[in-house]
Amino acid sequence: MEPPPAAAPPAPPSANVFRRNAVAIGFLAPAAILLGVWIVYPTVFTIVRSFFGPQGFGDFKGIDNYKAIFTTHLLLTAIKNSAIWIAVAPAVVTAIGLIFAVLTERIRWAVAFKTVVFMPMAISLFATGVIWHVMYIKDPGQGAVNAGIGAVKSWFTSAGVLQDGAPSTPTITGSVAKGFVLQKPLAAGGVAELGLTGIPPDAVPAAAKQAVVPQTKPGAIEGVVWRDFSPGGGKAGKVENQELGLPGVSLALYDSSGKKVQSAKSNDDGTFAFDGVSGSGYKVGVASSTFAAPYGGVSWLGSKLITPAIIIAYIWVWAGFAMVVIGAGLAAISRDVLEAARTDGASEWQVFRRVTVPLLAPVLSVVFITMLINVLKVFDVVISIAPGSTQSDAAVIAVQMWRQSFGGVNNFGLGSAIAVFLFVLVVPVLMLNIRRFRREV
Amino acid sequence: MKRHRLALFALVAVSVLAVAACGSSSKKSSSTGTNGSATTGSSNVSGKISIVGVWTGDEQKHFQAVLNGFKAKYPKVKVTYRSTGDNTPTVLSTAVQGGNPPDLASVSQPGLVTDFQKKGALKPMDFARSTVLANYPADIEKLGEIGGHLYGLIIKAANKSTVWYNVKSYTDAGVKAPSTWDQFIKDAGTLKASGSPAYSIGGADGWTLTDLFENIYLRQAGPAKYDQLSKHTIKWTDPSVVTALKTMGQVLGDSSNIAGGTSGALQTDFPTSVSNVFSAKPKAAQVIEGDFVPGVVASSNPLKPVSGYNVFPFPAIGSSGSNVVEGGGDELMMFRDTPAIRALVSYLATGEAQTIWAKLGGYSAPAKTVPASAYPDAITRTTATAIGKAKTFRFDLSDLQPASFGGTVGQGEFKIFQDFLKTPSNATGIAQSLESAAAKAYASGK
Repeated sequence: MEPPPAAAPPAPPSANVFRRNAVAIGFLAPAAILLGVWIVYPTVFTIVRSFFGPQGFGDFKGIDNYKAIFTTHLLLTAIKNSAIWIAVAPAVVTAIGLIFAVLTERIRWAVAFKTVVFMPMAISLFATGVIWHVMYIKDPGQGAVNAGIGAVKSWFTSAGVLQDGAPSTPTITGSVAKGFVLQKPLAAGGVAELGLTGIPPDAVPAAAKQAVVPQTKPGAIEGVVWRDFSPGGGKAGKVENQELGLPGVSLALYDSSGKKVQSAKSNDDGTFAFDGVSGSGYKVGVASSTFAAPYGGVSWLGSKLITPAIIIAYIWVWAGFAMVVIGAGLAAISRDVLEAARTDGASEWQVFRRVTVPLLAPVLSVVFITMLINVLKVFDVVISIAPGSTQSDAAVIAVQMWRQSFGGVNNFGLGSAIAVFLFVLVVPVLMLNIRRFRREV
Repeated sequence: MKRHRLALFALVAVSVLAVAACGSSSKKSSSTGTNGSATTGSSNVSGKISIVGVWTGDEQKHFQAVLNGFKAKYPKVKVTYRSTGDNTPTVLSTAVQGGNPPDLASVSQPGLVTDFQKKGALKPMDFARSTVLANYPADIEKLGEIGGHLYGLIIKAANKSTVWYNVKSYTDAGVKAPSTWDQFIKDAGTLKASGSPAYSIGGADGWTLTDLFENIYLRQAGPAKYDQLSKHTIKWTDPSVVTALKTMGQVLGDSSNIAGGTSGALQTDFPTSVSNVFSAKPKAAQVIEGDFVPGVVASSNPLKPVSGYNVFPFPAIGSSGSNVVEGGGDELMMFRDTPAIRALVSYLATGEAQTIWAKLGGYSAPAKTVPASAYPDAITRTTATAIGKAKTFRFDLSDLQPASFGGTVGQGEFKIFQDFLKTPSNATGIAQSLESAAAKAYASGK
């Protein structure tokens, strides 16, 4: 502040005081009015409103709305989720920011790296949510995350001739993952009929021909595996006209102890044969390697994974911010101190742990507290990532505040109570921040 | 330092509280504007009429064509239509409160008609009752009645009792559009055996599930029970509800017969559930939703109507018969009473007026006097004529519930029916959850 100009002419003291006050009031008025209209009035209104029910001010409810916050299942879920957010997100964002900041000091292309990491900050949080929602879709044909996992998985699994299938009669048991077994015991000279359904017509290999039941042959077990379906359903378990054999199916012969003794592949008409068999008690099965069930995808948006999934998206956005702020703090650290430590024989880890981190502590706490306040208010990523079916599993306090008032329920009393509750939660963090401001000045 | 504290508090207070502050829910009713002197008019009516409504774009153009038909009959009446789109409820509430409502308004929310009627803002349309009854199925006329007087008139109807299917999937499986529920379920098994899941369910949007339940309940328990349930005069734990849930479980319980399985369906939003079926490589054979289904994929639909995709009415359950429709519609309400307005309302209720609109497409007439030949294509003919033929017509039940129970994402009916999709064997438990949520919503009085 500059000292007041000394050239002011002396005036009668009372008039002077009045004039000075008038000027002060004149300057304060716009700020005071804005504060009054935008902060004081809404705050008071919200607090008062929180004691009334959905019908308005005629509907006094006392502290019922506050009780509801802690007794309603939906709102308790929101509180639990907010607790998870607070415990995880700020710490992880700060840690990742620190790691990135230290790394960018040491790598080439640091500017490019920083730009890429910082880029998400340029996207609105709602758009981020929409992008991640699409990436998290369960169907690997649509969701990028599951498509990636599926691509990696496909390197380790061999492709089968069929994608899916189900037994046509209860005499066949098993699943696509374990393979199917015809429970009817067979002796040499027997014929196994393995009917499968649930196979789309265009998934049948192109070489397939009309299925044929083979003639019995002594000293062998023969059989047929075919798509046991004709339009309208057909007769289950019976080879009919227009029903195609399934070529290339891997079949296994098990002896009476359940041990696999032979394997075979089916022909174009679905027939197969196990030769050189004697005795009885054999069973025939379709090996699971026949099926390459497409990868179904992880249910990222399901009720179990939804909160971690949203937190990951949130970290993706804010890690860049943390990195830039911490990076600035890092640049301000005197190189001499680091050099001195290294000269004294400290390892790089010791330098980081004992010198860099303590010197960065004020910056780290700024980032951490900023994130804490941010996380308490998190709203848009949750709304935009969680599908309708898991909105209530993913909801945090701010989301329920909106949902209970504007988002359909129209219970502004409860919404106000949640707003006040959220405000109370933010207060300790604010105090912390204010104390830190004081210390700095 | 004081200033810092203040500024910080200020900032947070704004972000936390400003939103909640607008939540005043007290609304005063007010006078309803001038009363037109209602002289008995004859052929020589004149005057000006203003209409506000939800129809925009093509719908607005088509409605204008209907109004032109009116102008030909009453050349001295000047009618102006203004579209307010989705904002219509807000616009109307403000206009009514300000004492300057339009003469007529069309809305899609039946609750609004009741609201305005309670505030005394509406004029009864009893003068048109005979015209309406001559043209409409009795059930649709009744939807507009409040306390024995006609306050709402459905002008544009919607049919939610339809099932849409991929014709190729049906041909591959060798099944035809079923007319009974048992056949429908049997065909679903055949579809699965053919290699195509039968159902595509948009379970991420809870309302697709409530629609399915309501269709089943209306047919199985009958319209009388449906009305009681919609007013919550019987409980959701009523045996009829549990039976309907078990019937619904026949669809939801067969996870391998649902595109993406149950967990996939929970993450499928409604548009995706439609494109799952309306595709050259369908992920499922059929989707159960209303007459708006093809519109969802209008720009990306690779299939042709009738040969590529087709529709059949929701199958009959038990002895329900086939002329049962669950639906909705845009209701007309009247704020002023003049001979000119009366003439227009009576005109709009006729099959003659609605035929004009039907011919232009994208429209289902509530009037049974609109001939099937008026509709431009076979699909609309199926979905629209079902409304006029309906012996039983009921509004979407969840739309008649308090918003916290019937219309909020993540809670109430939407959430509980999604839980049902997750655990379809738990019909009794779901009925109990529905009842406790409904009881709570009704108790809080909204």
